[in-house]
Amino acid sequence: MSVPVAIPRRQTEIESIGPISGFDVEKLRAEFPILRERIHGRPLVYLDNAATSQKPDAVIDAISNYYRHTNANIHRGVHLLSQRATEEYEAARAAIQVFLNAADPREIVFVRGATEAINLVAQSYGRTHVRSGDEVLITAMEHHSNIVPWQLLCEEKGAALRVAPINDAGELIVEEFDKLLGPRVKIVALAHVSNALGTINPIREIVRKAHAFGIPVLIDGAQAAPHLPIDVEDLDCDFYAFSAHKVYGPTGIGVLYGKAALLEAMPPYQGGGDMISSVTFEKTLYNKIPHKFEAGTPDIAGVIGLGAAIAWVSNLGIRSIGAHEHALLEYATRVVGAIPGVRLIGTARQKAGALSFLLEDIHPHDIGTILDQEGIAVRTGHHCAQPVMERYNIPATVRASFAAYNTLEEIDALARGLKKVREVLG
Amino acid sequence: MADLRDMYQEVILEHAKSPRNYRTLAAPARKAEGFNPLCGDRCTIFLAMQGDVIADIAFQGNGCAISRASASMLTQSLKGKTKAEAEKIFNNFHRMVTGQSPNGDRASLGKLEVFAGVSEFPARVKCATLAWHTFEAALHGDQEPVTTE
Repeated sequence: MSVPVAIPRRQTEIESIGPISGFDVEKLRAEFPILRERIHGRPLVYLDNAATSQKPDAVIDAISNYYRHTNANIHRGVHLLSQRATEEYEAARAAIQVFLNAADPREIVFVRGATEAINLVAQSYGRTHVRSGDEVLITAMEHHSNIVPWQLLCEEKGAALRVAPINDAGELIVEEFDKLLGPRVKIVALAHVSNALGTINPIREIVRKAHAFGIPVLIDGAQAAPHLPIDVEDLDCDFYAFSAHKVYGPTGIGVLYGKAALLEAMPPYQGGGDMISSVTFEKTLYNKIPHKFEAGTPDIAGVIGLGAAIAWVSNLGIRSIGAHEHALLEYATRVVGAIPGVRLIGTARQKAGALSFLLEDIHPHDIGTILDQEGIAVRTGHHCAQPVMERYNIPATVRASFAAYNTLEEIDALARGLKKVREVLG
Repeated sequence: MADLRDMYQEVILEHAKSPRNYRTLAAPARKAEGFNPLCGDRCTIFLAMQGDVIADIAFQGNGCAISRASASMLTQSLKGKTKAEAEKIFNNFHRMVTGQSPNGDRASLGKLEVFAGVSEFPARVKCATLAWHTFEAALHGDQEPVTTE
C-alpha cells in the first residue's frame, strides 16, 4: 500500500495544524491490547469508534491500579487510602478543566455520560427556567440523547421543541436556525459534531447568536471530544457534555461542564450523600458545586480512568490525533466514495471522525455482517438518530468511524470488504 | 468459522430481491406492526382469517435481506394453514434459527429450512424472527406494536 498521507488543504477547524510530526501509529497501536484480537480468524479492523473507542494500557492500568492500591471512598475518610483516592479523583477533575480550558475546576461535574449530562441540564436548569409556551431549540441532526430529554421537559412544562433543519449535505441551515431564535426560546442544545453524519457545527457562531437573545447554549460534545480541541472559554458555551468512553476512557463516566454561575443557581439533580453540607429532617443545605451535582459514591475508578485517558490524549496531542483522523476520513471518503453504487450520507464541508454511506440497495445490516466476517467492525443502523434517517428517507446507514490508532491500510481493508459484499449480495 | 453462504442462500437472496405477498390487505383483515428498535427495521403483517384458516397473508416494511426474505417466505408457508399448524411452524422456525432444534425437527419447515444458517449469526436472529413475532401478534389480535427487544 503506498498512499501518500496528504494533509487536506480545505478549510476546516483543524486546518491550521500543519504536518503531523512524530505521530507513530504502529507504536500507538501496540498500546491497545484489544487490537491484537483476531475476529473470525482475521486481524481486527475496528472502525466503530463513534460508538466507543478502544482503551490503551494507560487507562486499563490506571483502573486496575486504583483497585489494587488505592480503593477507598472519597471526600470523607481520614485514612490514607481515602485521601489518595480523593486526590486522584480531584486530579482528574483538574485535568479535565485543562482539557476543556474551563476557568475553574468547580465547573466540571462528573456524570455517567453525555446522556446524563444533558438530562441533568434539562431537569435542573430546564425545569427551573422553561415555562408553558416557551421553546427549546435543537437541530435536525441530534442524537436521541439530545432530543428525548428535551421532549420530556417540554411535555411536562407545556413547552414546544423547535428543530432547526439541515440541508442535503447534512449541514445546519444557519439562516433557518436564526429565524427560530427569539424571546420564547429558553435554551439551545446542539451537537458539536453529528454522530450519524460527521458534520461539525459552527458552534461558536451559534453561541454568539443565541447569547444575543440571552439564551444559554448546551453543546453535546460526545462526538467532538475525541477529535477536536475544545475551548469552552473561547466558545463561551454555557454547558458542554461528553462521555469518557468515546475518548479512550471507560464506560459509565462522563463530564458536564457548566458555567459556575449557572451551576450555582441550579437546583440539585439528585439527592444523596456527598451533595449536601448538612442534613436535618427540617432542612438540608446543599454542598457547593460541583459536589452538589455528584450525589452518592461516584464511579471513582471511572473518573481515574478518564483522567488517564485525558492524559493519554493530551500527551499525544488532540490536534495531532485530529489531523491523523482527518487524513483517514479524507482517504476513506475518496476510496469508499469511488466504489460503484456507494452513496455517501453526510457530505458537509466540515466533518470529523465518521463516514456514513449506503451501498446500492443492500441493507446496512447485511453489509455489517459480511464486513464482520472479514474482521471489520462498523456500525450499521440508525445510529440513535432516527430523525436524521428520516430526513434522508433511508432506514439506516453503514458508518465507519475513526480513531488515533486506525490506518490507511484498514480503510483499504474496508474497501476490499465492500467489494466482497457486492460479490455475496450484488 | 461460519460461512456467509450458509446464511445468504440463493433462495433467501432471491426472496429478498423479489418478496412475495408484498402488499396490503384491506380491513377487516387483521394487521400488526413490529419493529426492531436497535436497527429501525419495520414489518407490518396483514392477516385475513376464514374461520380457523389463514385465507390470505401479506406484509409491508423495510429491512435487511434476512428480514425481507423471512417475511416473504413466512407468507408463502402460512397461507392456507390453520391457526394450530401456523403456531407449530412458528415454534419450529424459532427453535431452528436460535440453534435449539436437532435436524430431524426441521422436516415440517419445508423451504423455511434455508434459514437454519442464521443460527450461526446470533446478531441476525432477530432479523429472521421479526416477521414471525409480528405474525403472532396479528394472529392474537395484539394492538401494541411488537418489538424484538
